[in-house]
Amino acid sequence: MQTPAPVEYAKATSIADAISRLEALGEDSRPVAGGYSLIPMMKLRLARPETVVDLNGIAELRGIRVEGNELVVGAMTTHADVLSSAILFEHYPIFREAEHVIADPIVRMRGTIGGSMCQADPASDLSAVGSALRGTAVIAGSAGTRTVPLREFHDGPYETVIQTGEILTELRYPIRPGAGSAYEKVERRAGDWGVCTSGVFVVVSGGVITECGIGMAAVNADHYCAPEAEALLTGKAPTEENLKAAADAAANEANPNADQRGPVDYKRHLASELTLRALRRAVAASQGA
Amino acid sequence: MTAVEEVPTSAAGNPIGFGRMVRKEDVRFVRGEGNYVDDVNLPGMLHGAILRSPFAHAKINSIDTSAALELPGVVAVVTGKDLEGLGLAWMPTLSYDTQAVLATDKVRFQGQEVAFVIAESRYIARDALELIDVDYDPLPVVADAKKALDPGAPIIRDDKEGKTDNIVYEKWEAGDEAVTDAAFAGADVVVTQEILYPRVHPSPMETCGSVAHMDPVTGKLILWTTTQAPHAHRTVYALVAGLPEHKIQVISPDVGGGFGNKVPIYPGYVLSIVGSIVAKRPVKWMEDRSENLMSTGFARDYHMTTSIASTKEGKILGVKVDVLADHGAFNGVAQPTNYPAGFFSIFSGSYDYPAAYCKVKAVYTNKAPGGVAYACSFRITEAVYAIERIVDCLAQELKMDPAELRLKNLLRPEQFPYKSPTGWEYDSGEYEKTMKVAMEMVGYDELRKEQAEKRAKGEYMGIGISFFTEGVGAGPRKHMDILGLGMADGCDLRVHPTGKAQVRLSVQTQGQGHETTFAQIVSHELGIPPEDIEVIHGDTDNTPFGLGTYGSRSTPVSGAAAALVARKVRDRARIVAAAALECAPDDLEWELGRWFVKGDPERGKTIQEIAMAAHGSLELPEGVEGHLDAQVVYNPPDLTYPYGCYICVVDVDPGTGQVKVRRFVAVDDCGTRINPMIVEGQVHGGLADGVGMALMELIAFDEDGNNLGGSFMDYLLPTSMECPDWELGETVTPSPHHPIGAKGVGESATVGSPAAVVNAVIDAIAPFGVRHADMPLTPANVWRAIQGNPIRTDMAVE
Ligand SMILES: Cc1cc2nc3c(=O)[nH]c(=O)nc-3n(C[C@H](O)[C@H](O)[C@H](O)COP(=O)(O)OP(=O)(O)OC[C@H]3O[C@@H](n4cnc5c(N)ncnc54)[C@H](O)[C@@H]3O)c2cc1C
Repeated sequence: MQTPAPVEYAKATSIADAISRLEALGEDSRPVAGGYSLIPMMKLRLARPETVVDLNGIAELRGIRVEGNELVVGAMTTHADVLSSAILFEHYPIFREAEHVIADPIVRMRGTIGGSMCQADPASDLSAVGSALRGTAVIAGSAGTRTVPLREFHDGPYETVIQTGEILTELRYPIRPGAGSAYEKVERRAGDWGVCTSGVFVVVSGGVITECGIGMAAVNADHYCAPEAEALLTGKAPTEENLKAAADAAANEANPNADQRGPVDYKRHLASELTLRALRRAVAASQGA
Repeated sequence: MTAVEEVPTSAAGNPIGFGRMVRKEDVRFVRGEGNYVDDVNLPGMLHGAILRSPFAHAKINSIDTSAALELPGVVAVVTGKDLEGLGLAWMPTLSYDTQAVLATDKVRFQGQEVAFVIAESRYIARDALELIDVDYDPLPVVADAKKALDPGAPIIRDDKEGKTDNIVYEKWEAGDEAVTDAAFAGADVVVTQEILYPRVHPSPMETCGSVAHMDPVTGKLILWTTTQAPHAHRTVYALVAGLPEHKIQVISPDVGGGFGNKVPIYPGYVLSIVGSIVAKRPVKWMEDRSENLMSTGFARDYHMTTSIASTKEGKILGVKVDVLADHGAFNGVAQPTNYPAGFFSIFSGSYDYPAAYCKVKAVYTNKAPGGVAYACSFRITEAVYAIERIVDCLAQELKMDPAELRLKNLLRPEQFPYKSPTGWEYDSGEYEKTMKVAMEMVGYDELRKEQAEKRAKGEYMGIGISFFTEGVGAGPRKHMDILGLGMADGCDLRVHPTGKAQVRLSVQTQGQGHETTFAQIVSHELGIPPEDIEVIHGDTDNTPFGLGTYGSRSTPVSGAAAALVARKVRDRARIVAAAALECAPDDLEWELGRWFVKGDPERGKTIQEIAMAAHGSLELPEGVEGHLDAQVVYNPPDLTYPYGCYICVVDVDPGTGQVKVRRFVAVDDCGTRINPMIVEGQVHGGLADGVGMALMELIAFDEDGNNLGGSFMDYLLPTSMECPDWELGETVTPSPHHPIGAKGVGESATVGSPAAVVNAVIDAIAPFGVRHADMPLTPANVWRAIQGNPIRTDMAVE
């Protein structure tokens, strides 16, 4: 049995309560959501907060809704709820496709979208999805609420712009009528983190790609996205040749490390291969829409 | 004897004898009411935790335990120096090497035991580990077995007087080299392939641990421990620690999987004993998952340069294997003394050819010790993998269908008992029949057609065959022992007055279903319903001596003992029945559960009636003592030889390297099937193991000796998502020398299946010019193999 260092537990009752506790406790405290990243790290003593502030009792942090032309997902919404959400699926099947390959059903029952974003693991699938869709993070602190584009949300691996005393409350994604989206992932085994993943959306209109987004996880792309590849595609016809050129460009925006999941050449190859496969499917979906 | 004889059914609906029945032990397991070592809690019990080395090779300058000792709740901190004073800093391994209990001079692998904290709670013990200050001087590391013998390589075992190299043993050979060379010289075709069986880990669900209770009043040590061999462990503790053997009781309660991981004695067990002596209170030590993966018995790490010679028509003429074996920092393998490479020399496999030769060289490296584990039948896993892989390489070279090549060379029924070129005597088999059953089940010819059609469309499927022969049930005392303890098993049977029985076994189940299988064996012999037979095991005070459960030996050895002890009871029952029926024993005839008078079937006594009479006042013939209890020791005349044919079908995505196991057909011949459902369960588990090893399981090391498989995020076990619906078949060729014809099946699937999966993947990507890639065939490795550059898997991926 792996045993964490001594730790205190506090249960927050509201967003304001969570913020005031975290602010009072300072750097030695951490919010806990599903706990599927934080608690293993505590057991390995890689993380040793003195207090964990539990966000699970805050109902307002949970839920999925449409607001204006945005999809809004509460930070404490579980992977399982994202997976089964009809609203998200209607606009962006990429959510369901990504969730299908995140961890396993047990982890998905408790693990949250907010925890995934804040953990900012280089292989985080929802971070790739969020960057592809150019979503925004809503962050609350004692000074009020601020919004940060997800493409500016990360300060490097496992680091985000969230400050001590702040919590992530919501994620917002713009709705794009006619968009097609898809997610591709190679993992060594079901439930494993990706070796490389690619998630994309495209809007095809009048025979050209009017807008697109490409997100990648596990290959150290800056903010999990591939803006140069997107630029190559925008305004172009969705031909196989153009998709291939964009996929290759995306691979160049990846900076993978060799590890037991695979060597650099393989991961770079996957960045291209998976982006191409995702683009093909997203284009077909958008054209069919 | 056939697979499932028609047998009568008991009142509880169980077969009286052999047949399917729900496992007796499952009731407590499925309710979560098992009793494992970690469930043992004694009054006043303390908790131990081990400080482990972060370095693979480092000199220890000093260890400062003062801050740890000041932590409230810490009772004691033990270091190697303290143990030196007790003469316990080093312990013998099961292969006549030594292993540090706690490091004194230096650490030799990452995760090695350095200090032991004893505290009031598990949490305090763990907190105290962080307060121990060890001053290390890192030393150069040998992580790559191929560099262990380089000139100038650091000497790992400088604790051994005069040791100037990293050799465990220089050369162990089997077969005839000259005859084999001659066969190769005359061959049309010779194929050589370097084949690595990488390091894997048995990773049982329950990690290792123990609770030691040295009673200061009685001087008796009771040790609850995760062991597959309670009796052998007891004797070793007596020999090592000088404790009197009659005052040691080893209890192996429910064990959550062993797979060979729980055969060795680990420093943690010894430390819990030392702790309970020092603290005069019971001490529990339970390792966590990473400790289990990083420090306890691993498996394989065999670099096998394998060559095969044949005629151009595909008649195999000979096979040679040159092995470099990586044993880690201490030679901690557990196998019969005369077999330093286990039963690897059975590598000639299931084929008929006269010439085979292997030589094995074993080296020390800065890696965890172990080597024989993970359901390998003493390295037959490695042997089967080498021969089945090289046969496929030959098929590719000859452009011959691998099924056809195998059929051309399989041993024929009339050749049994068959003396193999390396000296094994296979007891029985109808190999071709078994292979044809498997080919029929899988629809081999149609699959080959489908494959051709797919290839034309640029889709890649593969079909892989593995035909394996195992030798299990070690073993005849004359040439098989572990640390001088012969491998015969005792068995006691008591039949109580009401006809209910208790059978006491020396072997210990870790999930194999002994409580059911052994009840069925006794039931088969005596006609007592299996629900009326209690199987008692895992407690040295209450069971006869024997060497334990590993190497698929429980049914071949203890199963035979159980049958024979029941027959002994049956013979005694005959005398009692004769007295009761007032006739001569010779006038009686046996039918299941009853002796009756020949020619007068109405006149008879059931075994239950006889049991009561045996304990009653019935007058018995002169010299007959009464009661129905009996005991035996079974010394097997030879090994039994289960075999089988496995066929795997995979689909490979060449763009990503991902492999999907589409189908898996496994036809096993393990002789008589006592409980076919349990046999199938064993095969299911082993096939999952095989898929795991072939595709994902791995403990690799980087050049600094860091263990890269030390958690379940890094050490991947297969899930149901990677396993197809297993398609099982059977043939039944009973062992001619086993009392009930059973051959053992605990490891067959683990031994036989990896080669089938790998052969299937290589078959799928053969059009890219691939002949071999080492396990595990991860997506990266498969993709790289397609690029002509497969990954070297024993070291860190670069
Ligand atoms: C076996 C396993 C496999 C996995 N596989 C994958 C996978 O394939 N792909 C994948 O993307 N993920 C995977 N995960 C991670 C999973 O998605 C986790 O659920 C997720 O990373 C963290 O979510 P959580 O709710 O559990 O967060 P927690 O562990 O509770 O928290 C994670 C971090 O975020 C912080 N945090 C949480 N919520 C907030 C908030 N609202 N505001 C500010 N900070 C917050 C915490 O303080 C902590 O630092 C896996 C996890 C496991 C255990």
